[in-house]
Amino acid sequence: MIAHFLLYPLLFQFALAIVLMFFWRDTRIQRRLSVAGSGIALLLAGFLFAQVWQFGTVTFQAGGWQAPFGITLVVDMLSATLVLLTCLLGLAISIFSSASIISERAKFGYFPIYHLLLMGLIGAFITGDIFNLYVWFEVIIISSFVLLTIGGEKPQIESAVKYFTLNILASVIFLTAIAVLYGLTGTLNMADLSVKIAASENKGLINITALIFFVGFGIKSAVFPLYFWLPSSYHTPPAAVSAIFGGLLTKVGVYAMIRVFTLIFIRDEFIDNLLMTVAVLTILSGGFGALVQNNIQKVFSYLIICHIGFMIAGLSMHSELALTGAIFYMIHDIVVKGNLFLVGGMIYKIKGSNSMKELGGFYGSYPKLSILMLIPLFSLIGIPPLSGFWPKISLLQAGFEDNYYVLIGFILLGSFLTLFVVAKMWTNVFWKASTGIPRKPNFKYFGDLKFKDKLNMVLPIAILALVSLYIGFFAEHVQLLSERIAFELSNTSGYIEAVLGKIPPVNP
Amino acid sequence: MEILLAVITGLLYGAGVYMILRRSLVKLIIGLILLGNGANILIFLVGRIVKGKPPIIPEDSSTILDTYADPVPQALILTAIVISFGLQAFAIVLIKRAYKVVKTDDLDQMNTTDEYA
Amino acid sequence: MKTIILRTASTYLLPLLLLFSVFILLRGHYLPGGGFIGGLIASIAFILHGSANGQENTKTLLRIHPGFLMPVGLTVAFFSGIAGMVLEGKEFMTGIWFKDPLPVIGMIGTPLFFDIGVYLVVVGVTLTIIMTISESS
Repeated sequence: MIAHFLLYPLLFQFALAIVLMFFWRDTRIQRRLSVAGSGIALLLAGFLFAQVWQFGTVTFQAGGWQAPFGITLVVDMLSATLVLLTCLLGLAISIFSSASIISERAKFGYFPIYHLLLMGLIGAFITGDIFNLYVWFEVIIISSFVLLTIGGEKPQIESAVKYFTLNILASVIFLTAIAVLYGLTGTLNMADLSVKIAASENKGLINITALIFFVGFGIKSAVFPLYFWLPSSYHTPPAAVSAIFGGLLTKVGVYAMIRVFTLIFIRDEFIDNLLMTVAVLTILSGGFGALVQNNIQKVFSYLIICHIGFMIAGLSMHSELALTGAIFYMIHDIVVKGNLFLVGGMIYKIKGSNSMKELGGFYGSYPKLSILMLIPLFSLIGIPPLSGFWPKISLLQAGFEDNYYVLIGFILLGSFLTLFVVAKMWTNVFWKASTGIPRKPNFKYFGDLKFKDKLNMVLPIAILALVSLYIGFFAEHVQLLSERIAFELSNTSGYIEAVLGKIPPVNP
Repeated sequence: MEILLAVITGLLYGAGVYMILRRSLVKLIIGLILLGNGANILIFLVGRIVKGKPPIIPEDSSTILDTYADPVPQALILTAIVISFGLQAFAIVLIKRAYKVVKTDDLDQMNTTDEYA
Repeated sequence: MKTIILRTASTYLLPLLLLFSVFILLRGHYLPGGGFIGGLIASIAFILHGSANGQENTKTLLRIHPGFLMPVGLTVAFFSGIAGMVLEGKEFMTGIWFKDPLPVIGMIGTPLFFDIGVYLVVVGVTLTIIMTISESS
């Protein structure tokens, strides 16, 4: 049987984008179609997830070409989970956009491009071919450029120049790495690469290729010396766009890094140490960066960097338990970071400012909304029953088992910095007396919106908050899932057999 | 031929990096284009150059017994060229727009989003 | 650039270039050519016409906004991809072909329709970009 159902989320987003393009001018229909379509996409992704959970990894050969020769799409547990999360966040942000994106922006194709971006994300998660991964990365960055620049305000254009340059540079570096890898092995299929690289004798060149990959993915996922584009661009577009960027775009880089460094390359001490050093420095620079910022969205941008460090730390410890922690953290982070940017956008819509100095008294005027916003903020810190707490247990336990005490120290420091930043934000935005922000003339405040639009802005925050509560209170489910993913990642033979059939004998 | 291509690849990468490090927006884009072309030639080079041996099975046999040119690198380059076509088109529209909005092409003056606010 | 030579030439060059672009499109499956290059040649034809006679005249000649070609082309490409899946139950993007070649055109199958989709998208995208750039200057 051909497992066509693994294509459905991907094809559906593509078809939806095409249909939305036909309604280029009619933004009202676009809004409705986008929300309805995102709902169906979530169902399709849920079906895919259930299938993979029950029957294990599914593969698909595009055009019927046999595995190492054609393009293979592979959905293992990690891919299925990420596709599900993409569609979940996609639905939430689609609802938020339907209320918050003004028609002047939507007229330039916001919704079609948004769904093309989701298609690119899903494609990047399910592909089993390294060059195909490059192509999906390009789909993602082209769509994200458009989303970043729609509206054409001065800060947007300036940030687009930086975002654009660094992302294209990352793509070129990625392409260079693919070129060298292809020259070494003569294959592009990731499972086949894994087999061939294990048998290759040219270890020096393979390690160098691994480093080129690391730099390319490092720029995309904003790790320590390569992150400067992120805080200077993520706060400029509308909050819905920031949310999809903050929730998913950097995670694609992390996903690619996890995939490449568990499946393809054989880890040695040098790569582990490098990853660990980078993780520590990323946690530090992100945390301290968030500490000094004043703009809420910028604080969240720096916190993304800080928490990317946690995931890289989990990857660097090179044990199944640590990978469990990293995967759990990623699942938690996608939901919570997406939600936080929506919260930031909501605050901006209500008060007309994102500056912590100007804001204040939010709790006094909107107590119920504040409680809702409290959930993602506290989940981010990881106050025990909430979602950010559980992955750190796995990370710390893995660190104690293998005696990485310095790394543990820095993970704790990073959590502490997050706590401090969030506490500072809570007192400044929610408790402190407001200084009174001058009302902007041509700005649609939250209070002026219709009830339906108000509901559409609160609803996605509530959905994502509920999901993060679920991750927190039913952590054993997510832990079970993460353990299974980590097991699959550590024992690559399952993935390779799913793609290539039985493992073929290799002639070195 | 290999040596020539290797030298060209090196030159393109070097020139690309040099241009990216300039302050002008236009030179930045040119640098990115040069880097992309360098990567394409690198793919072509490491895909082993075989001259005059197309990967086509002759009519009277069922396999190719002789050495043949690998078609995959060319497919990769073609894909990469098409992608970079789209990106460059976007880049040119973007720099035009940036010049209009920011009124400078000096990258050092495009730093308002990095400032503390 | 309103020289009489270019303007006269462009009226003859437009149909010739369009014909050539279709030729390139059709031979694309086995020989050098294909939807991307064909689309670029077709857009060059319109750009040449536009730079000789003014963008407004080209727009009236085109009748529809070139941006509309993008979803149309994408739809054609999308259906050529799922055709094999829906009609014959094979994998997504498997090519299916008619048995007998048509005269002049040659073999007809889903790859040809995919190329036509690419052709339309490329024409749409290129013309939209060029028109946006030249309008704002």
